[in-house]
Amino acid sequence: MKDKIFDYVERDNWVFKLSGLTKLLCFLILSASVMFTYDIRSILLIMVLSFTVLRLSGITFSQIKVMLWAVVIFLGMNFVLTYLFNPTYGVEIYGTCHELFRFSSRYTVTQEQLLYQISKFAKYASVIPLGMLFLLTTNPSEFAASLNGVRVSYKAAFALALTLRYFPDTIRNYNDIAVAQQSRGLDLSKKEKLGTRIKNVMNICIPLIFSTLDRVDVVSNAMDLRGFGKHKKRTWYAATPMGRNDYICIGVCAAILAAVLIVTAFVNHGRFWNPFI
Amino acid sequence: MKEPIIEFKDFTFQYFSQAEPTLHHIDLTIYKGEKVLIVGPSGSGKSTLGHCINGLIPFSYRGEITGSVTVGGLDTKEAGIFALSRKVGTVLQDSDGQFVGLSVGEDIAFSLENDCVPQAEMKKTVREVADLMDMGQLLKSSPYELSGGQKQRVAFAGVMVNQVETLLFDEPLANLDPATGKVAIDLIDRIAREYHKTVVIIEHRLEDVLYRRVDRVIVMSDGRVAADMTPDELMAAGILPRLGIREPLYVTALKYAGIPITPELHAGRLETLELDAVREPLLRWHQSRQPRKSAPEKPPILTVKDLNFQYDRKRKILKDVSFAIREGEMVSIVGTNGAGKSTLAKVICGFVKESSGDIFFREESLRGSTIKERSLRIGYVMQNPNQMICKSMIYDEVAMGLRNRGVDEDTVREKVEKALKICGLAPFKKWPVSALSFGQKKRVTIASILVMEPQILILDEPTAGQDYLHYTEIMEFLKSLNDQGVTILMITHDMHLMLEYTPHAIVISDGRKIGDSTAVDILTNPEIAARASLKLTSLYELASMAGIPEPGTFVQNFIDYEREVVRREG
Repeated sequence: MKDKIFDYVERDNWVFKLSGLTKLLCFLILSASVMFTYDIRSILLIMVLSFTVLRLSGITFSQIKVMLWAVVIFLGMNFVLTYLFNPTYGVEIYGTCHELFRFSSRYTVTQEQLLYQISKFAKYASVIPLGMLFLLTTNPSEFAASLNGVRVSYKAAFALALTLRYFPDTIRNYNDIAVAQQSRGLDLSKKEKLGTRIKNVMNICIPLIFSTLDRVDVVSNAMDLRGFGKHKKRTWYAATPMGRNDYICIGVCAAILAAVLIVTAFVNHGRFWNPFI
Repeated sequence: MKEPIIEFKDFTFQYFSQAEPTLHHIDLTIYKGEKVLIVGPSGSGKSTLGHCINGLIPFSYRGEITGSVTVGGLDTKEAGIFALSRKVGTVLQDSDGQFVGLSVGEDIAFSLENDCVPQAEMKKTVREVADLMDMGQLLKSSPYELSGGQKQRVAFAGVMVNQVETLLFDEPLANLDPATGKVAIDLIDRIAREYHKTVVIIEHRLEDVLYRRVDRVIVMSDGRVAADMTPDELMAAGILPRLGIREPLYVTALKYAGIPITPELHAGRLETLELDAVREPLLRWHQSRQPRKSAPEKPPILTVKDLNFQYDRKRKILKDVSFAIREGEMVSIVGTNGAGKSTLAKVICGFVKESSGDIFFREESLRGSTIKERSLRIGYVMQNPNQMICKSMIYDEVAMGLRNRGVDEDTVREKVEKALKICGLAPFKKWPVSALSFGQKKRVTIASILVMEPQILILDEPTAGQDYLHYTEIMEFLKSLNDQGVTILMITHDMHLMLEYTPHAIVISDGRKIGDSTAVDILTNPEIAARASLKLTSLYELASMAGIPEPGTFVQNFIDYEREVVRREG
């Protein structure tokens, strides 16, 4: 049983072939752009872009189903709670009040509030596909190699790849231990009180930690015996040099960031786009 | 003139954490191009000896050293682990744990990466070595897609890229099924011959390693070299049983038949054995034995009917498996890694739910009953005790299952004491778990299941990684439980175990049941053995080679004789 969430399945297309560093940089630049601006036009543009790339990458729906559901639920809750806590925040921001209807004296629905909340929703919704893209199309070893390429210590970079290598093992190990403990009467289901459940989970974590420590010993011996840490540098089997596509992608993302900043400074004169005046 | 490549000179080593030296005054020379096997029971110091050769001592494990070890002209005290890794390539026992890359190619390249080899050259070397190991097609595979044998080949390839002159294998057979183990020994032999490598194999499964030529066997006992001779001489010396190492079964059979073992008999390998000298006495012994009467059959306690299981739509793990286990039986479930044995156990215990089919406890269907309900009748002991133990005190660990059920403390005490006594742990009642050895921990986990008084006990690889002494101890203990009426099911790779202890064996291959008979029947059936990657026992081969009619009966006679005569005397 593989753990589907962190499963890296290689595909042969340009998105996968980009360097991990490029993907990280693009993810950071676009996230920064989208987080900075509340201009829904810019946000939607980036959202379209990120969904298009997600589509082009050939990632299947089944791969991201679980994550997608979690995100949708989170965003839905966020949307409702934002409204419940401050139903007139939009009015404060935009300085006008176009009321559509009201639930009660406190809970009115205004165009301003809707615009604010939809912009916020779209912000998250456009960053999340980018995050998934980064996680699912980056070969962890290749990413470690590119991190090392930008002067991150190779030991730190390798530790990252190693974590991803052993993560599914640990999940599997946890599951094995959990069922064996359940057969000894540990109840992890909702029937049990929360406190007891937490205690029961601890009872699974202790064997998990001990068997993981055994593992760490083996892994570190194996690495020592094959010369890890011998020199100040190392080369990488999985490294891919930065190519034309990488520079284009970084260029495009940088241009988007610049455009967002220009629109903010000279068109909107602020982080919000105000269609109400 | 032979050129020494590894030299221990009056070498003594004591771990800082231990009160006594682990190795005492070792004097040992291994020559270039030799193939040497180091055997010994657990705690004999054979693994420590390996650590001294590859430099883990003193690099990773600190301790006090007197005397010296030189490897390829380097003193291991001064050379450091990295310089030594250019001389000695080590393949560790845990082929999964040592797989540090995310793909086969990366893992093979690991030491080249650390040597700053340019990428183009690295890819070329990796490809060449992978082809050598028949892994060329799998360069992009992730460790999860590989079998145990394939992972070991990757580890092997990972040390071959360094052009080392000495190869060190630390228990290469420990995690492999018998047939894969045989292939591994073949591969080691081939590489050693073709590339003129010096090979050191540390292993306690003597017979399986001796399947191919070995120049010398070094027997370790209590941190000293107890014997250093050719396999032929070793068999003739007859010192193995006394040192807690199992001698090859065919050698034991020769002894039972009253044949004196001499070096001239060439008993080091079955292939080189002087058959003409043993044929007559073997046949005479065989004919003198009476077949034992079988016990009357009891009603089934566990019946599995048309069981199917799959995790996802793509791959079926279990396909139409049906069998019946009778009350009081001791049964082994055998088959290759990934054949579905462990899944079968998980379905029976209710850890995962069957896709179709039914399981009956006596006459009652278990369909729909939860893990907790099933655990009242069926206990499951995992392979690695560290995966089960979660309390720091032995008593609490064993009491946990009962306490979870809300049993009152007086009853808990009574039952825990009983379980501890059965498992020979009564004197340790107040001890912390951490003070116990691996075998004792295994007993604690068995006690912690037994305390809930299941009628069926399922054990996953009960003797994995145990030497002969501990193996016998655990198995005799399980046998005594079985004599007290507990039905026992064991998932195992160990052919000796199956033959010696479980009259009934079920063979699973690729999710299907392909054999369900007596262990002797199964282990003397070449067709089933081939399909399920089992290994025919050397007893069967001995009998066939010596021209004994019905070699299967010969195997049965051997087992019966051992049970009746030898064990009773012992």
